[in-house]
Amino acid sequence: MPVSMKTIRWLPLAAMLAATLAFAQEAPDALVKRVSQDVLAIAKSDPKVQAGDQARIHEVIDGKLAPHFDFTRMTALAMGRNWRNATPAQQKELTEQFKQLLVRTYSGALSRYRDEKIEYKPLAVAPSATDVTVKTLVVKAGGGSPVPIDYSLTKTPEGWKAYDVIVGGVSLVTNYRDEFNEQIKSGGVDGLIATLKTKNGG
Amino acid sequence: MTSMTRYVLVVATAAALAGCATGPNKDDPFEPWNRVMYEKVHVPIDRDVMQPMVRAYIDIVPSPVRTAISNFFNNIDDFISAINDGLQGKREKMGNDLGRVLINSGVGMFGLVDIASQVGVERGNEDFGLTFGTWGFEQGPYLFIPLFGPTTVRDGTGWLVRIFGASPVGYIPDVPIRNTIYAFGVVDARYQAEGAVSFVGEAALDQYAFIRRAYLQRREYLLYDGNVPPKKEDE
Repeated sequence: MPVSMKTIRWLPLAAMLAATLAFAQEAPDALVKRVSQDVLAIAKSDPKVQAGDQARIHEVIDGKLAPHFDFTRMTALAMGRNWRNATPAQQKELTEQFKQLLVRTYSGALSRYRDEKIEYKPLAVAPSATDVTVKTLVVKAGGGSPVPIDYSLTKTPEGWKAYDVIVGGVSLVTNYRDEFNEQIKSGGVDGLIATLKTKNGG
Repeated sequence: MTSMTRYVLVVATAAALAGCATGPNKDDPFEPWNRVMYEKVHVPIDRDVMQPMVRAYIDIVPSPVRTAISNFFNNIDDFISAINDGLQGKREKMGNDLGRVLINSGVGMFGLVDIASQVGVERGNEDFGLTFGTWGFEQGPYLFIPLFGPTTVRDGTGWLVRIFGASPVGYIPDVPIRNTIYAFGVVDARYQAEGAVSFVGEAALDQYAFIRRAYLQRREYLLYDGNVPPKKEDE
């Protein structure tokens, strides 16, 4: 009895440790595959998502997808040289607002998802690699051009995290760089934060 | 001076004058002019005419027929792609694209069924703008043409070559049939762009700048066949 008590007390901690280790060691291509299949499986089976329930779609993206993105790095990249001129408080606010914008945009894309299939290109990762690009191809059932979607990932203590999505050669981060730059030119960093807030609130 | 060159000169002068006010963007010296074309001309027409038209099209025409119509126009794109593979000396891709056109025009009934994709022959994506690019021509100034969309001097010239010379539709002798095909081409193009337009509406802080950067990125990607040489980015 005392033995089993001890074991039981230790079990949750051991399970948590094992999960963290497995997560940290999951290869970036395996991660992209697992997470995207997970989200698409929900998109296909969840009646609320299928009915276009925005709150539920938002919940799925925020819970399943967002933890695997490095939003701070994404924001810094989109800000370019302006990132260093922003105060830590501004950086935090920018990251939060940019995250909200991306989650909302992704939710919109997911509600338009129909019967596309994703092909995953094999990836050879050297054990020392800290930055990789995972290539996928989205194929529509009825023919038409398949769309290549690439994910740039970086290694962090909490596992691999994506910091850019490149759709058909169009990098999301690069696309926002122009926009951020123009907003900062006309209204400063606070102007950009205000614009992001308006966009997210509208 | 032809009326066309005169028109271009007037547009260029107006844009250059307007450009003095804000300072030029390297890729988009005519930005003030282009912005008016996008925000004041394109967006209202798209909202009041094109979007209701696409909604009616979706209501009236069943989905398999819409797909067939898209396939028909994609088949013409494949033909244009094959010509440009040839002009760029890409023999293997040319065989691929020509094969698609032959299969889809024959077994696929004038391109209505995309058999080639179903048996795994991927679509090509070359056009005259990209051919001019591989021949060493730069993009030139960015242009936004209402209803037509984003382009550049180089890519727009490519489209003129296509419309006034290379497209087989232009050689259909029966004018009403030809015009009907053109009309469906416009509807189908807007229909196929529906997802992208919604995305821009959700994602962009400044739609004009967002579309411009996406267009230029996409064209560079296509020019280098997906292997854009890495650039030094400031972080």
